[in-house]
Amino acid sequence: MVGVKSIVATRNTYDSDNTVFSPQGRLHQVEYALEAVKQGSAAVGLRSKTHAVLLALKRSTGELASYQQKMFRIDDHVGIAIAGLTSDARVLSNFMRQQAMSSRMIFNRPSPVNRLVSAIADKAQVNTQEYGRRPYGVGFLVIGQDETGPHLYEFSPSGTAYEYFAMSIGARSQSAKTYLERHYEEFMDCTVEKLITHGLHALRETLQQDKELTILNTSIGIVGPPAGSESYVKAGGAFRILEGEPIQVFLDTMTPKESVAPAIVEPDSEDEGGDGDVQMSDA
Amino acid sequence: MTSIGTGYDLSASTYSPDGRIFQVEYANKAVENAGTAIGLRVKDGVVLAVEKIIHSKLLMPESNKRILTIDRHIGYTSSGLLADGRQLANRAREEAQSSRDFYREPPTLKAIVNRLSLFVQAYTLYSSVRPFGCTSLLAAVDKHGPGLYVIEPSGISLGYHGAAVGKGRQLAKTELEKLKLSELSMREAVFEAARIIHLVHDDAKEKDFELEMSWIGSETNNVHLPVPKDLFLEADRKAREALEEDMED
Amino acid sequence: MDHHPTNWGRPRDDRVDPYGTFPIHARPRPAKDVFADGVQRTQQPIVTGTSVIGLKYSGGVMLAADNLASYGSLARYKDVQRLHPVGTSTVVGAGGDMSDFQHLQHMLDSLVTEEFTYDDGNKLGPTEIYEYLSRVMYGRRSKMDPLWNALVVGGVKPNGESFLGYVDLLGTTYQSPTIATGFGAYIAQPLLRNAVDERPDPLSEEEAVKVIQQCMKALFYRDARSLNKYQIAKVTSEGVTISDPLEAPTVWGFAEGIRGYGAQTQ
Repeated sequence: MVGVKSIVATRNTYDSDNTVFSPQGRLHQVEYALEAVKQGSAAVGLRSKTHAVLLALKRSTGELASYQQKMFRIDDHVGIAIAGLTSDARVLSNFMRQQAMSSRMIFNRPSPVNRLVSAIADKAQVNTQEYGRRPYGVGFLVIGQDETGPHLYEFSPSGTAYEYFAMSIGARSQSAKTYLERHYEEFMDCTVEKLITHGLHALRETLQQDKELTILNTSIGIVGPPAGSESYVKAGGAFRILEGEPIQVFLDTMTPKESVAPAIVEPDSEDEGGDGDVQMSDA
Repeated sequence: MTSIGTGYDLSASTYSPDGRIFQVEYANKAVENAGTAIGLRVKDGVVLAVEKIIHSKLLMPESNKRILTIDRHIGYTSSGLLADGRQLANRAREEAQSSRDFYREPPTLKAIVNRLSLFVQAYTLYSSVRPFGCTSLLAAVDKHGPGLYVIEPSGISLGYHGAAVGKGRQLAKTELEKLKLSELSMREAVFEAARIIHLVHDDAKEKDFELEMSWIGSETNNVHLPVPKDLFLEADRKAREALEEDMED
Repeated sequence: MDHHPTNWGRPRDDRVDPYGTFPIHARPRPAKDVFADGVQRTQQPIVTGTSVIGLKYSGGVMLAADNLASYGSLARYKDVQRLHPVGTSTVVGAGGDMSDFQHLQHMLDSLVTEEFTYDDGNKLGPTEIYEYLSRVMYGRRSKMDPLWNALVVGGVKPNGESFLGYVDLLGTTYQSPTIATGFGAYIAQPLLRNAVDERPDPLSEEEAVKVIQQCMKALFYRDARSLNKYQIAKVTSEGVTISDPLEAPTVWGFAEGIRGYGAQTQ
């Protein structure tokens, strides 16, 4: 089979199989899978000392269609945002749920977040090494909290997972990353409201020129104590996904796009405007 | 490379006419460009050190460990494809555990290395898999004393006094050869390891890096542990100072 | 001699294949597992340990068990430790079958090693160990192949609270400030409850040791499968310590008068 391919192939023969190294020691199929992640709409994640949050942009195929699902709850203490092939995401998130449940079943303990992430990373690696498979075409941002506090991880189809202060994945995520890199040093001491505002600003960078974030196309995921505008949160600050009306208060905290840079840099920008209802201190 | 386009380099199950297996050689390429990892086997223990390339400033410092623990007395690190390295570490853990289940005693490093290199070698035999794109360093103190082994993508495993893999291996090997490794203490080896990693990192060309070190031996009661914070910081600082002095010369 | 390797070690079925002529892939399978009727699981323990007792006190948890492993009514081994440390904040004490307990010790040690290799700041505390053991014990009994033990798990949780739980070969579990297994449930449990439950404030360490000693002495007097050589395990936030073997002071003067024990006059 391989022999046939080398005769027929016209250009790069090292890129059609995940069991083949290129002469440079690269795996082209894996690199293409990373491109699949960039086909999906963007997701942003960031964390402070007390919270970790996810923000994602949902696409809709038309006015008669609903918006896609970008976030999944894994367990009370863990949630994910995805970019790429949703069907692959469902397989991996189901696997994570099983792992999380077995930790609760066997040890009566919520699974440490890093172990859940490593479990899917190790699972994904196998798909980069064996013939007849393809690497997963989806990237995750995973947030969660355990004995060692809140965490944010990025999982990628290459079978690696890293822990970050803040990260973005998906289409045009580089723009969001640029925003995050400019501001990440502030995040650790942010309130959850401020963290979400930063996340929204980063997410907005991934939009096309004429688009904006609305309560319809935005999802927010949180772990940690409730924000001021949240009326009910399960004990322990369990993972929850906010969509629709409840996120209006957060969208209102965004500064108009033209003036983002100065508004964020000024420390007293929190007091601006009449939107005092979301500026409560962190519980 | 003359092999490119000949069709003999597309599968691990194919020899070229001159008897080479190019897929294994390409796997080595994945290691040659990766962050440096070194191991020092000294008189009372072993020290591992890696140059962890920081690909983004958003990464959490001191998270994302590159040095892993296989058993209480066995440390592991790899250079190359990180995901492949993790897979081998997991395999090594299984081997260590099954050895304990069977013999009811801590496995020797050699036993684990033998099993693991057979596993690596199996991935050089078939077209249905690719070889592992990583070279592994294993360090331990067992009933035979301190040990340090390297397993390459071909499945070859060799014992070393001082080992270096990854991008900076040439320079690191030269530095290791200058040391009297069998006379150093673990504590001294930590300082040398930090110095070598700092030395081989090319500030001008490469991205930022984070130093990570672990040790096992008389200082740790023969348990594989990260180098304690205060000693780590001191070694890291001394290494930077030594580098700056060199610059001034 | 049957020269066909695939037939070695398996009963030949002359009704369907009298000459062994079937091709290998179509060999006749026996209609049912011929060993099925013969398979038996553990029906009784063999080498056994007796009671384990445990109580909570102000600094943590204390467990005690003697050093005897009996073979039926024979006092077979007198230097068996029945208290096993798991990690840095838990002790498991076991009565019942000692080989099953050794198997459990190995499982727990493997678990601790695995947790150590993760090296991610998460630890297995007493609640995790207890849940794990209850899953194992209930799982095995549901396979009709129980591990023949009564276990006491004691330890200190990460938040400083002490933990004391019981799990046995049926998968039965309960938690209590005092626990005694086996014959100790009759002899030691009332003494422990008197000492612990009747008081508004927790026992001091010295008081706890005294109660344990009192219980072990009573057990030695009353339990024919016990030994006056026992160990005490303490778990505090500082970690686990298991004492060297101890002995309770006993008086046997009265035995002279017991028929069948002392020198008989008639």
